Amino acid sequence: MSDSIIQKVADEFRALSEPQGNARPPAGPAPAAAEPVGNGAVHGEPFVSPHPYATVLHDRRLAAEAQGLARRDTLLYLNGVTKSFDGFKAINNLSLVIQKGEMRAIIGPNGAGKTTMMDIITGKTRPDKGEVFFAGDVDLTHHDEAAIASMGIGRKFQKPTVFESHTVEDNIRLSLAGPRSVLGALVHRKDRAERDRIETILETTRLTARRKTYAANLSHGQKQWLEIGMLLAQDPELLLVDEPVAGMTDAETEETARLLREIAQHHSVVVVEHDMHFVRALGVKVTCLHEGSVLSEGTLDKVSNDPKVIEVYLGR
Amino acid sequence: MLLARFLGPRVWILVAVILAAAILVPLANLALPPDHALHVPSYLVPLWGKYVCYALLALSLDLVWGYVGILSLGHGAFFALGGYAMGMYLMRQIGSRGVYGNPVLPDFMVFLNWKELPWYWLGFDQFWFACLMVVLVPGLLAFVFGFFAFRSRVTGVYLSIITQAMTYALLLAFFRNDMGFGGNNGLTDFKDILGFPIQAASTRAGLFAASCIALAIAVLLVGWITRSKLGKLMIAVRDAESRTRFIGWRPQYVKLFAFTVSGIMAGIAGALYVPQVGIINPGEFAPVNSIEVVVWAAVGGRGTLIGPVIGALLVNYGKTVFTAAAPEFWLFMLGGLFVFVTLVLPRGIVGTIDHGWDALRSIRRAKDAEKDESGGDAQAVPGPAE
Ligand SMILES: Nc1ncnc2c1ncn2[C@@H]1O[C@H](COP(=O)(O)OP(=O)(O)OP(=O)(O)O)[C@@H](O)[C@H]1O
Ligand SMILES: [Mg+2]
Repeated sequence: MSDSIIQKVADEFRALSEPQGNARPPAGPAPAAAEPVGNGAVHGEPFVSPHPYATVLHDRRLAAEAQGLARRDTLLYLNGVTKSFDGFKAINNLSLVIQKGEMRAIIGPNGAGKTTMMDIITGKTRPDKGEVFFAGDVDLTHHDEAAIASMGIGRKFQKPTVFESHTVEDNIRLSLAGPRSVLGALVHRKDRAERDRIETILETTRLTARRKTYAANLSHGQKQWLEIGMLLAQDPELLLVDEPVAGMTDAETEETARLLREIAQHHSVVVVEHDMHFVRALGVKVTCLHEGSVLSEGTLDKVSNDPKVIEVYLGR
Repeated sequence: MLLARFLGPRVWILVAVILAAAILVPLANLALPPDHALHVPSYLVPLWGKYVCYALLALSLDLVWGYVGILSLGHGAFFALGGYAMGMYLMRQIGSRGVYGNPVLPDFMVFLNWKELPWYWLGFDQFWFACLMVVLVPGLLAFVFGFFAFRSRVTGVYLSIITQAMTYALLLAFFRNDMGFGGNNGLTDFKDILGFPIQAASTRAGLFAASCIALAIAVLLVGWITRSKLGKLMIAVRDAESRTRFIGWRPQYVKLFAFTVSGIMAGIAGALYVPQVGIINPGEFAPVNSIEVVVWAAVGGRGTLIGPVIGALLVNYGKTVFTAAAPEFWLFMLGGLFVFVTLVLPRGIVGTIDHGWDALRSIRRAKDAEKDESGGDAQAVPGPAE
């Protein structure tokens, strides 16, 4: 947490101290324009550097800034991420960018690395190589699961995991955004605002009638929905949803697509799903992963007509 | 009414029973004539007092095992440390009445030819200081141990093994004479506590009452903790630890809190135990002692608050009866009991009753719902269409 704050302050300070660099070029080509000026000043003039390494550092800083600018407006930025398990590359030089407010569907055959990618984003797994940034400049590889969750990244697991010995209501109460201190929880009192929040979430996820039911007694579909409800309770900026409709009936699947579209109006969402009808119902940009990297990206029609994708799916 | 809602009637009944015992047992011992039918003989008072201390120990284990899922096999260590802190106070109360008549040094130090009191014995002539240490020493050990164990995400069997190793290491350390805790013999031959002769019936009655009050307070404390949002979080950590991380909680701190509070409770239980049994020695650190505590909690029903209290009382009563009849069989009995409970009553006595009750209720509710549906369906049909 504190790291990210320091980083933010440092970035702002940098922006203030270089007003022209920031003001002139608004978007993409900015770094390219800024770089020669900086480099020229260093290499061209008889500039007496205190140490040759200072030049290297200077160049490195400029390069980092250039990349920082490209990153700035993204919500999630993965660059060259690699993760291997016992020599097997589950994620292989994966690069992926999610914009603020975007909903993205991720498809890919079994073992493509979709879940591992979510593990990396949420801090469960550390990548061997590569960059993972949230909201432009928060380096996620330096934070633990709890910190990342508190920053605003919520996650629904492939296998629904809810707190089985708690009621639906308590599951949501424990997930509600708010302070996360142990002693705070000890003296916590239920209040009106909290009840209202829970009420809204129960309504959104169609679980109002089951509020007092123990989560263990819910149907599979209802557990999936409860987990989505817990996600909503955290009020995250980015929702990572792993196979939300696995094991659902067609009607439930349709209902879930509707629910996710509704959620996507106010949040950014990344959905992993095998069910193509569901992905079509979402109607968003699709990324196909294969062997740990991006195989194809675009509209569902474009991706599903991509010969590489067809080969991967038919080859199995 | 409000109080009843706060913790549920069961907890209040238990507290009332404990407090009634705190008053009635001493009364029946001191006020009734020996030939009265309800007279409690003096030898029973410290024995029952011992059971009450064990109940407190079992409750402390329940807080971590029943509610947070940490199977500690080392709670005997916290109990013994609290006991030693109290024992050190009682040793220094002996003063010049010891065998060697040294006004400052306890007998075993004189025997070892020590010339002055080790620094860690300073202050123990004061009751308040000893009480502070009763809380601080087990609390600190639990905190430091928990901090490193939970931070490194040691869980399950591995955690159980290192708690067992912890109490075993302390056992070996306290056996050494040069540690300054009386070695093999431990601390004993106590004379008085707070100026009252420790063998007197009235002192023992007072200690019994104090143990009951401590247990009652602990029941309320654990009840309050487990019914708070933190208590819900503890159960969440027990059932799905990694899930709590992904909604932003740090389960290591939840565990650390419970473990520290639990260690302190166990220490207080030990401190109340020592003046009633009159001795504390390294045997209290023996790994099997900690395992016995697990059996008590399992028999009563872990995670049920009142279960471990009942379990500790029942099993120890059984132990007294059986060890009198056939001492060599007790360990087999204990082992057999644990196997029986694990296989036949995995929820323990109270847990099984609760579960049966819940099952009955849900069957009844399902029947009610069926009745409702058959009557209500006709009206419900237009609902989705609107
Ligand atoms: N902790 C781990 N240790 C070893 N191998 C792992 C681990 N996690 C994932 N893998 C391997 O990495 C590969 C990618 O797994 P991942 O779960 O990310 O696939 P997926 O795309 O989510 O597949 P599915 O559609 O079946 O959920 C698999 O071959 C898997 O066996
Ligand atoms: Mg997966």
